[in-house]
Amino acid sequence: MKPIISINSLSKTFTSGFNALEKVSLDINKGEIFALLGPNGAGKTTLISIITGITIPTSGSVKVNNYDVIKDPIKTRSLIGLVPQEVAIEPFETVLSSIKFSRGLFGKPQDSLYINSILKQLSLWEKRNTKIIELSGGMKRRVLIAKALSHEPLVLFLDEPTAGVDVELRKDMWGIIKSLKYSGVTIILTTHYIEEAENLADRVGFINNGQISLIEEKQQLINKMGKKTLSIHIQNAIQNIPYKLKKYKLEISNSGNTLTYNYDINSEKTVITALLNDLSKENIKLKDIKSKQSSLEDIFINIVGK
Amino acid sequence: MNYYAIKAIYLYEMSRTYRTISQSLIAPVISTILYFVVFGSAIGSKIENIEGISYGVFIVPGLVMLSVLMQSITNAAFAIYFPKFVGTINELLSAPVSTIDIVIGYIGAATTKSFSIGIIILITAHLIVPLKIVHPLYMLLFLLLTCFAFCSFGFIIGLWAKNFEQLNLVPMLIITPLVFLGGSFYSISMLPVFWQKISMFNPVVYLISGFRWTFFNFSDFSFGVSLLAIFSFAILCNSIIFWMFKTGYKVRN
Repeated sequence: MKPIISINSLSKTFTSGFNALEKVSLDINKGEIFALLGPNGAGKTTLISIITGITIPTSGSVKVNNYDVIKDPIKTRSLIGLVPQEVAIEPFETVLSSIKFSRGLFGKPQDSLYINSILKQLSLWEKRNTKIIELSGGMKRRVLIAKALSHEPLVLFLDEPTAGVDVELRKDMWGIIKSLKYSGVTIILTTHYIEEAENLADRVGFINNGQISLIEEKQQLINKMGKKTLSIHIQNAIQNIPYKLKKYKLEISNSGNTLTYNYDINSEKTVITALLNDLSKENIKLKDIKSKQSSLEDIFINIVGK
Repeated sequence: MNYYAIKAIYLYEMSRTYRTISQSLIAPVISTILYFVVFGSAIGSKIENIEGISYGVFIVPGLVMLSVLMQSITNAAFAIYFPKFVGTINELLSAPVSTIDIVIGYIGAATTKSFSIGIIILITAHLIVPLKIVHPLYMLLFLLLTCFAFCSFGFIIGLWAKNFEQLNLVPMLIITPLVFLGGSFYSISMLPVFWQKISMFNPVVYLISGFRWTFFNFSDFSFGVSLLAIFSFAILCNSIIFWMFKTGYKVRN
């Protein structure tokens, strides 16, 4: 499949001398949700700003639907909707006029039916004649999404869309993002919340210090890099690992009441069976067993830590 | 050209005008009436006629120019500075609009507003003093061109300004003195020869002189020179705006 966004060796050095991006290359496939993860100052917003035309790159190229963002900015920008990180909306306008303004600005004739459907989908219908300044933070975020969707973009950038919103609204937003994907919109999401990427993304990219360190299918990433941890709670505490169990490299915790075993996701069956047999042979009685798979968060911390 | 974007920007800016109608229209009208009362009636009654025209009538073109220049600059500067201040400029920068769309939308709306203010002040003046305009079409053309040129200039200031202090710097410290010393309240020929020569370096002198000609059919300089001056200024300002958007200077990172 031809990518809808193709980023090639993109670099950005600000006038202060700060290198925000260094030779970033990345393809975004049509119709996918791509999550870009990275700590503060990693270069996520700079990357989005270059693709959307807000920032001029120092070198490299970006193509959107095969059009270059520098040579054909009018064509590329009309395809993109941006939900910025900052909640920046003209405070004295009403919700409806602000959304209508965005649709016009992106070169589309007014379409009340479509605008109304967005307002209803985002639970903004009741607030359509309310001034932005009178809305709650969560509602303002919904307005930002409505503004970005108002011109029916092919690609939607969501720069930390759920930063600072409560859990209920976040789950609500996830539902909206998923429904957008089903309507055929390609979504690029930057987030601090690993849970968000884990829940929504088809692919995940890690960016740190202006460089992409890893791009992978979310599930493959978890499979490839994920570890499982088996926590074995035992009836009688032990202080030392019996000699015959040393090969499992068990860790003792919880005052000797818990044994932890880290293992590879692909070979757990035989080893766990053997471990449980050996524990039984050593007369260690089990109270409970729990297994936990590494999350994207563990992987993220691991990558950023490096 | 993105027709829908131009319409959206223009109507959005005009709705801002309606929202702040007292600040936009009533304030300049009141301040102009005050000028008429103080300079036209109170002080003007002690001043003899200039070229056969009473002082109260003589200052009308200068007063219109004074308000129109200040309003043009502050309106257009604020129109683009406010989105920068609240961060909504990113929506404009990421939109499929060309510089010409932005100029027509923003500067067109600001020009409409200051032109309307100019006309309202003229109507107000007409109610206070017996005003006759010798060349009404030239007057309207010259007023429109002046509004457009100074709105363009204000737009540059709005793009350039980093804070509210800088936004007010040029109108307060440069434009106000130039307008007051540009013959708003007197004819340049009333000055001593030395100051007449100094005044020739003040571009506003040509502006007020040209505008005054459309009213009374006499001026310090020929109308052609004034028209050429304001036309050149409009082209210069718009060239700077196009250059700023093309290079991203003070616009994009």
